[in-house]
Amino acid sequence: MATNDLYPKGEYECYKCNIPLEPAKVTVTYLGSNFTVDLLKCKNCGHVLITEDLALGKMLEVEKMLEDK
Amino acid sequence: MDHKEWREYEEKCIQERPPACMTTCPVHVDARGFSSAMKAGNVNKAWEVFRKTVPFPGIIARICDHPCESACKRGEVGDPVAIGALEKACATLQTAPPVKLSIAPSKRKRVAVVGGGLSGLATAYDLAVKGYGVVLFEAGERLGGAILSYPEATLPKQVIEEDISVMERLGVEVRFGATVGEMVTMTDLQRDFDAVYVGQGKSAGAHSLLEHSAMIDPVTFATNIEGIFAGGSWRTGSSSPILSLSDGRRAATSIDRYLQNVSLTAVRENEGPHETSLYTNLEGIEPLPLVTASDAKAGYTLEEAMEEAGRCIECECMECVKNCEYLHQFKAYPKVYARQINQNLRIVKGLHGANTLINSCTLCGLCKEVCPEDFDMSVLVREARTEMVNTGKMPPSAHAFPLQELEVANSEAVAFTRHQPGKGTSRYAFFPGCELSGSSPDHVERAYAYLTDKLDGGVGMMMRCCGATAEAAGEMKLFAESLQKIRQEWQEMGQPQMVLACSTCYQTFKNHLPEMEIVSLWELYDEYGLPDEAGSKVTGVVAVHDACTTRYEAGIQESVRHILKKLDFTIEELSNSREKTACCGAGGLVPYANRQMANDMAKRRASESQADYVAYCAMCRDSLAAQGKKTYHLLDLIYGDADLSAPAKRGPSYSKKRQNRLQLNAKMRESWWGEMVALEKKSYQSIPLKISDDVEQILDARMVLEEDIQKVIEHAEQTGEVLVDKQSGHLIANFRPTSVTFWVEYSKDEDGYVIHNAYSHRMTVEGNE
Repeated sequence: MATNDLYPKGEYECYKCNIPLEPAKVTVTYLGSNFTVDLLKCKNCGHVLITEDLALGKMLEVEKMLEDK
Repeated sequence: MDHKEWREYEEKCIQERPPACMTTCPVHVDARGFSSAMKAGNVNKAWEVFRKTVPFPGIIARICDHPCESACKRGEVGDPVAIGALEKACATLQTAPPVKLSIAPSKRKRVAVVGGGLSGLATAYDLAVKGYGVVLFEAGERLGGAILSYPEATLPKQVIEEDISVMERLGVEVRFGATVGEMVTMTDLQRDFDAVYVGQGKSAGAHSLLEHSAMIDPVTFATNIEGIFAGGSWRTGSSSPILSLSDGRRAATSIDRYLQNVSLTAVRENEGPHETSLYTNLEGIEPLPLVTASDAKAGYTLEEAMEEAGRCIECECMECVKNCEYLHQFKAYPKVYARQINQNLRIVKGLHGANTLINSCTLCGLCKEVCPEDFDMSVLVREARTEMVNTGKMPPSAHAFPLQELEVANSEAVAFTRHQPGKGTSRYAFFPGCELSGSSPDHVERAYAYLTDKLDGGVGMMMRCCGATAEAAGEMKLFAESLQKIRQEWQEMGQPQMVLACSTCYQTFKNHLPEMEIVSLWELYDEYGLPDEAGSKVTGVVAVHDACTTRYEAGIQESVRHILKKLDFTIEELSNSREKTACCGAGGLVPYANRQMANDMAKRRASESQADYVAYCAMCRDSLAAQGKKTYHLLDLIYGDADLSAPAKRGPSYSKKRQNRLQLNAKMRESWWGEMVALEKKSYQSIPLKISDDVEQILDARMVLEEDIQKVIEHAEQTGEVLVDKQSGHLIANFRPTSVTFWVEYSKDEDGYVIHNAYSHRMTVEGNE
């Protein structure tokens, strides 16, 4: 997950904090491997958005790759 | 299986065995590869293939007695491919440069070859290439022996000269007019050379030369005189040029071994003409007539040769691959797959590239049924899955969902065991299995009512999963526990005969619980007659889809057909039926590990006939119906529930099936045994969801259950941790109950939550989990 443009183009906001989500560096982990990627995040509470495209695309691909390691 | 056993199993696959034309040829010309190149008009490539095993190709191509043709499989459906004529054409048409000789460094040993005919020339050729100093003794004034007597039109002298000129390039010393026995004696040769080959023709005096040693080993060509080998047409008694060539080459192998002091006899079983174990199915091969050359004297033109070579069926087996979508899609054949799986299990570091291969087999056993050698992929796949589980190398995503289903099916909320109401003992116990209970719970009750009506001695009820899921996942410990639980309950019930509705359960019981007497529900319907309320309102033509787990259960297959006949249906037999039945795609947990593969298999099975299908396994029915194939469960027809004019109906979703199992437990315990069942309701279960059919299908394909969604929404409501898509106004929330994070896109309306989408991932995200 070396690419850093994994967040969607649309506009999203955090319902709780009532502020727009902004790109930020986030660490994702699976089977002991870590990756830092840019994702949309609420700067206040830290809630990160994972979209359908990401979950079923790149993320799934990396999960499968790590499972086959 | 250890490494050696894997290799042995791998060898069962015959796809890589040579074709019959090649093994019948004394020097194993790859006539299949040759024809393939000729078919493409690639004459030089064909020539390359031919001369790979044939020294003096120009000569042999023109005079070969082509024993290959007698073994040609095409000959079993008409004329064999005219391989001999094709070789002639190739020799005339080819424009390839002379063969490149790569001569091994000198071995500092000398061999005498007596006789300049084909066998002697071949021996001299092979030994010179191997680095031996060769002296060829020819009694006459020219090399070639018997081949010199062919008419010029068949074998031009120029071709002979060109081919034999290779002797010079190889540094073979030729002594003409050197009749052994007169000018030189055998004793001289034995003294001056490290080995001697006597390869004289039929007419020559080799007999006298070796009169005191007529014994020639037919495998090694060694005589009983130390260091002297012999072969050729006077040995074979035949005038076959290709046999003489073969003799010479095989003798050269022996002489090389003799001089290197290694075994003469080891690994020689496949030399010379032999049978092959390659199987080639000739079904559907049209008998095309032999192509005749327009000018018989000149032989085939290029076009004619290409057409004739086009008749070669390029023999191979591929029986299983032709019959199985899974084996087909991985683009090779079991021998290769076995190697890949074995390697997958052995590698310590690096990518386990065969995980998907291992988890995409439905374990249906069709490969074994169609394989002439009984190669069974499921044996390897089961072994591999078990080993992967034991070593912690099974991908977590592969079978987590079905194993969770198994856990629920065997939980207290679903599983129960009772004697028949009002009876203290059970002569029988009905075991409907989790698929039927999930897919069609009403039928479980109706079948139970039927059984209690027809059978004496008490029919108990045992509701749980047989554990086949654990077995298919390679979770053998879990499987053993599951079996143990069944065994224990069966003991407690007084060892009743088990009545099985599901053919997977049937196999599990048959193979792993052999102490139990079992009978299929279908055999009982057949034996005791149809229930009074039986009868489909409409009848017609149906094709029976036999479950792969009844592949060898002829009795069950027969009962199913009897029942359909009693219901006035006309049965169409699929080309893959009974012991040749093809999987619906849902076996082996493939829908969970490789959904696309499961779908493709179901589609393939569904396309076998236009007729509506009847399945007697709930999983088969749902799998085929999901592909839009009109498929009834046998119980749909027995109880007249099927609407034959309605379009194909999908089976219930995973969510619905789980709810069905829970409700069936409560309903039956209440109505049959009068128990008060207090359904334990979790807080999230009261969250009302609105899910359209389209969204339901997406959720089902992604294995997202309604309760997963309810948990996400409950979490979102409790914490306020929700994101908003400004464009659509939809709320987006996530929750990770155990090892999967579920995301739900939804909106609220006055009486519930409208679900727009849901998906999941297994990774953890910093800040979210």
